[in-house]
Amino acid sequence: MLEIRDLHVELCVGEEMKPVIHETTLSVDQGEALGLVGESGAGKSMTIRAIMRLLPAGATVAGQILYEGADVLGFDRKAMRSFLASKVAMIFQDASTHINPVRTVGDFLIEALVTNNGVPKAEARRRVTGVLEEIGIPDAAHRLEQYPHQLSGGLQQRMMIAAALVIEPRLLLADEPTTALDVTTQAEVMAILDEQRRQRGLGMIFVTHDLDLAAAVCDRIAVMYAGFVVEDRSAANLHEEARHPYTAGLLASRPSPTEKAHRLCVVPGRPLSAFEVGEGCPFASRCAHVEDRCRIERPLLRELDGGWVRCHRADELRGQLLCSYNGSAHE
Amino acid sequence: MACDAGMTISPTATRTRGRRARRDWVLIVCAAFIALLVIVAVFAPWIVPHDPNKVDMAKAYQGPSGSYLLGTDSLGRDLLSRLVYGARLSLAGPALVVVFATIIGTTLALLTAWMGGWTDRVISRVLDIIFAFPGIILAVLAVALFGSGLAAPVVALSIAYLPYDARILRSVAMRERTLTYISACYVAGLPTRTIVLRHLLPNLLPFILVQCTLSLGYALVDLAAVSYLGLGVAPPAAEWGLMVANGQASILTGHPQESLFAGILIVLTVIAFNMLGDRLATRFSVRAQ
Repeated sequence: MLEIRDLHVELCVGEEMKPVIHETTLSVDQGEALGLVGESGAGKSMTIRAIMRLLPAGATVAGQILYEGADVLGFDRKAMRSFLASKVAMIFQDASTHINPVRTVGDFLIEALVTNNGVPKAEARRRVTGVLEEIGIPDAAHRLEQYPHQLSGGLQQRMMIAAALVIEPRLLLADEPTTALDVTTQAEVMAILDEQRRQRGLGMIFVTHDLDLAAAVCDRIAVMYAGFVVEDRSAANLHEEARHPYTAGLLASRPSPTEKAHRLCVVPGRPLSAFEVGEGCPFASRCAHVEDRCRIERPLLRELDGGWVRCHRADELRGQLLCSYNGSAHE
Repeated sequence: MACDAGMTISPTATRTRGRRARRDWVLIVCAAFIALLVIVAVFAPWIVPHDPNKVDMAKAYQGPSGSYLLGTDSLGRDLLSRLVYGARLSLAGPALVVVFATIIGTTLALLTAWMGGWTDRVISRVLDIIFAFPGIILAVLAVALFGSGLAAPVVALSIAYLPYDARILRSVAMRERTLTYISACYVAGLPTRTIVLRHLLPNLLPFILVQCTLSLGYALVDLAAVSYLGLGVAPPAAEWGLMVANGQASILTGHPQESLFAGILIVLTVIAFNMLGDRLATRFSVRAQ
């Protein structure tokens, strides 16, 4: 349904252009959930912002973003508006700042329906109330009269989800929707999002730092590093069949509730920003399996064991990756 | 038990104290004074003790008395009545200036902040040029071209005040439009007009209100100055600036009442507007330039 081909984004920082996304290739099918995982600054949010054409002023975008075969980047104003209004909806990280503070929640929820789709107000309210009940918000009529600051963080985020669902989109873009919430609320909100998405058969791109969370709700996971997709694999297989040293490092560095570790594994070094990437593999400076070739020649994203990986040595390293960071220099 | 009671009482006590601390007496006094002036101006015909334009040379320069509370002017007209009637023109003029300047200024601010690029550059440079002319000069020029009266100086001052409103609101709108609720509107596919008028504008209202209040004070001084110079409202109409000018000759003969009272009223009103604007700005935690 949505296909991103060789997306390259540069932002204007002061006088110079700095790349934030390099050659990103991704796709989401109808009804499929794709997790976009990576450290801060890996380009996850920028990727989905590029889909919405919500990049800061002065950004340059190259490549293609195809929705049902049509290039989103080539849409004129009208086509873009109708794409935004009916095909795709976005759920932001911090609901409290994404809802206009001076208008009621009801206004926020019905506005898109009334303004874009010409639905009469009463009908819009009825639909919104229906969606609110579906996502487990009792007393919907009362909630619609309230202002955003009167709602808790979890409720605000649910309102945001409701606003996304009510326009009946086909694709959801969720930008760390639960990061700003506490753990219990996070679980509730995530459950609602997951359930609604499955029921409605929506495609979703789910951006998160949390590899386990992504594995729980997504069909497929793309791992991003320094503006590159380094691995793209089904969520079920990623754990056992991680083929990229970075993915393996991420998996190894999670705390485990069952084993008491003396010290968590770490991927040595600090995450590279997309503009610091040199000629070779973006992960070369931190990789335990690095060889000369990695520093000179940039690996391409290639198919391996049912997924996609961007590593020269992925074949040889099969099976040796998982614990390669144990007992690193941090002891 | 004792513990329970203490716990139920303390939050209430804190809340009361908090509310008392927040009550802003300066704001209340200024707002009340302005409200009083407006009421007096509106109901002038019913509350004045004398006809403000009734000349009675026999009663010229009377001191304050039971019948003439503030005394009379050089033509024997009741000063209190004239001051009350004066409030009408003295307040209506600045109010008109502020309404015009705010409506046009806000429109330009939204336009420049939203469109950016060439629209912004062209409009901003034009505003800079207007900025270079002091309001009073534009007003005098307008009177010279279109004749005296209230209309010409009001229009001229509206134009002169435009850049202040437009610039401040533009900078606020620029900041506001980068906030995420505007992105959320865009992502929902809302048309630009809706985003600007129904989302951006309401969030600018506190700033607009503060700006209006502050400009009212300045406009009042400027219009009074125009009248003082004899270029605004024509005698015998009662207007504070005109009264200051009128009473000037009598100061040397030992009858300063007319200039004095009109002057005091101008000063008090301007102070009230400025302090009100300032307090409102703090209230909305807005830093007005």
